[in-house]
Amino acid sequence: MHITDILVTGEPIIYGAMVSMVLVGIALLFLLTYFKKWGWLWREWLTTVDHKKIGVMYILSALLMLFRGGVDAMMMRVQLAFPDLGFLNSQHYNEIFTTHGTIMIIFMAMPFLIGLMNIIVPLQIGARDFAFPYLNALSFWSFFFGMALFNISFVIGGAPDAGWTSYTPLSGAAMSPGPGQNFYLMGLQLSGIGTLATGINLMVTILKMRAPGMKLFHMPIFTWSTLVTSFIIVFAFPILTVALALLTLDRIFGSQFFTLTGEGMPMMWANLFWMWGHPEVYIVILPAFGIFSEVIATFAKKRLFGYNVMVWSMIVIALLSFLVWVHHFFTMGAGAFVNSIFSISTMLIAVPTGVKIFNWLATLYKSKIEFTVPMMWSLAFIPSFILGGVTGVMLGMAAADYQFHNSYFLIAHFHYVLIAGTVFACFAGLTFWYPKMFGHKMNERIGKWAFWLFFFGFHVCFFPQYFLGLDGMPRRLFITNVAEWLPLNVISTVGAFGMGLGFMVFVYNVYYSFRYSERETTGDSWNGNGRTLEWATTTPVPYYNFATVPYVDEIDPYLRMKEEGKTTYEESELKPIHMPSYTAQPILFMALLGLASFGLVFEWMYVAIFGLIGGVIMMIVRSFDYDDGYYVPVDEIKRTEKKARGL
Amino acid sequence: MAAEELKTGPLEYRTQEGQMGIMGFWIFLGAEVVLFATLFATYAVLYGRTADAPVPGELFEPGIVLIMTFLLLTSSFTCGLAIHEMRRGSVKGLTIWMSITLALGLGFLGFEIYEFVHYAHLGATMQSSAFWSAFFTLAGTHGLHVTLGIGWAILLLIQIRKRGLTNVTSRKFFIISLYWHFLDVIWIFIFTSVYLIGMVL
Repeated sequence: MHITDILVTGEPIIYGAMVSMVLVGIALLFLLTYFKKWGWLWREWLTTVDHKKIGVMYILSALLMLFRGGVDAMMMRVQLAFPDLGFLNSQHYNEIFTTHGTIMIIFMAMPFLIGLMNIIVPLQIGARDFAFPYLNALSFWSFFFGMALFNISFVIGGAPDAGWTSYTPLSGAAMSPGPGQNFYLMGLQLSGIGTLATGINLMVTILKMRAPGMKLFHMPIFTWSTLVTSFIIVFAFPILTVALALLTLDRIFGSQFFTLTGEGMPMMWANLFWMWGHPEVYIVILPAFGIFSEVIATFAKKRLFGYNVMVWSMIVIALLSFLVWVHHFFTMGAGAFVNSIFSISTMLIAVPTGVKIFNWLATLYKSKIEFTVPMMWSLAFIPSFILGGVTGVMLGMAAADYQFHNSYFLIAHFHYVLIAGTVFACFAGLTFWYPKMFGHKMNERIGKWAFWLFFFGFHVCFFPQYFLGLDGMPRRLFITNVAEWLPLNVISTVGAFGMGLGFMVFVYNVYYSFRYSERETTGDSWNGNGRTLEWATTTPVPYYNFATVPYVDEIDPYLRMKEEGKTTYEESELKPIHMPSYTAQPILFMALLGLASFGLVFEWMYVAIFGLIGGVIMMIVRSFDYDDGYYVPVDEIKRTEKKARGL
Repeated sequence: MAAEELKTGPLEYRTQEGQMGIMGFWIFLGAEVVLFATLFATYAVLYGRTADAPVPGELFEPGIVLIMTFLLLTSSFTCGLAIHEMRRGSVKGLTIWMSITLALGLGFLGFEIYEFVHYAHLGATMQSSAFWSAFFTLAGTHGLHVTLGIGWAILLLIQIRKRGLTNVTSRKFFIISLYWHFLDVIWIFIFTSVYLIGMVL
């Protein structure tokens, strides 16, 4: 086989991407070698099982993917604003909207939120780490190698081009030969293993490792949202696992599930995909609701209004999320009766969601709001998200959906809920908990610039798309030289670049804050407004989290601790702390499974079998591994805490 | 946390680590239920879509499937006895009953492989039609689970020889017993909704 058979050739943009990837790679290798950081990288990060470090790696990867997905988006916007420029050809355009969608949902939104959960949830419930730290590292590396596999597709072998929903029969072997769709299947399958494991891990952590006294209805609302999300993950992801496996069997081993021959049933894919896919959108929105609830309560300086109702509405949303999947394909022709049922269940979801909106407003009512950057993201979320929600109800009416279906109206709708919901929450959450992670805040002035650029860019980009949709512009269209669509498309593109600029300012702020921000001296970073246990730890958080775990019997435990002068360091109660050992097994294990997946993508069976055998060997190694971790002696805890607390 | 160890009750439940491991595995089994439910649903949707291949009524025979069911159900019983011996503190009893369980499991697998090969000779393969794709995937996924379970249990039998009954080894055996019973339950559904219905309709 010749190298040019695998490398994607003939596209100047892709050549550019290849060159820049190679240059960045060389620069990284050089920097790591020059500053002698290889050992540090291996010992402190690649082999870590510390939930805080794993969370940071998740978030860094997610930011990288936000960049990649964002570049895809801008390229599409350039094409749509200047359709006659010949910037992209139709094949390249198909590939780009496919990778944009897949990356943003699977490799950006989910890992970003899971990263925040990783860092914050154990701190909020007073735990030393996850229930299964080894499994947590395994989850991260499965996501990482799945992401890497999916992302190299555009330089090696060719990117998938059947849309992020990958509908059959288009995505089957007959109509999409070659490795492109295989990258989609294997990349998602590999990272899906990790997501399922994280769901189980978080559930056990939350159910079994809470601080003494903390009942379920004392848990911080972000932890609650994580618990509900984990429930959805555990019951939705196996459906995706099966759907991907069946399509893989179809494509590589010639079975007939979704084919047009052998009495296969292509429409079954849409059902299986959305039976996972609809719960999936709640997987990325419920944690966002949790983040906004925390931020709003903190900066309104009030107890969250209607805490119990907030929890129950999340539970109701989670249950309903499994009962609405057909609304993604009303036009497929399931019949009026079926469509009506799913129409009603869809509109029902607006009820608990509306309840949440009113609870946030009631929390803000008559409060003394502090306009910090996380609070601004949260306040901007409420009206923006309502626009997305209301248009969602419009789409949910089956009869009307025959008009809206697959138009830019839909595109505008789901970007309004996913950006104003999930992406705003990622920025809010990252800014809010940034001092907990890195020991300094992000600069507020630059943060506000990023916020306003992104906020206006977002509305300028997506608001016109509602009207484009009503004017009949279909999604996934690569030439739009219909005269009346052009002005709104140009405006939309300007907005997209505004968002891009906002993101760049945000990233610059990471650098600026690293250089110039004041270092934290207390753990309670936001002017002493912290309400929950994560703010009770020192900053940066010691690797064992809590020297002593406080007794908790309310939803804002740290407020009371501050009144009573208590801390998470009661010298008389110190005991040795049991901690898990770092291990190289997770990264090796998942690298081998990544190799197997790579083999399957190109249908090189020897590579696939080699990788799979390697994976089995790693499982055997793990089974015989009786490493029970180690104990942190009391003296070391005393030394660490005294230094951090300036005692 | 891990240091605190209860003095009474089954070994595997005495440490928090043990309790969490077992709870995590129960949740994992919940996910497995969804996985198999999806495969059953797929099978139901594709039922009758045999194209040019033989229909299931022509191929399914009660004899071999009854033997397989008998083997697997018995193995679930012996697996229960193995855990009973473990609770009594008998490594020997645990090893013997677990080995019998694995022998029965291997017998089941042997018959299943024979069955698959037999069907292939008669013109029903994974590739021949949507129905047969669904059949081989559903039964094959169950068979793959049995295979993994056998390999896993062998690893545990080696460990118990070296280490005896501890909090950790008893947790591992308890968890694999949950897994084994779960596969039995799945088989009962395959037996009724795939084989019995397939023979009648």
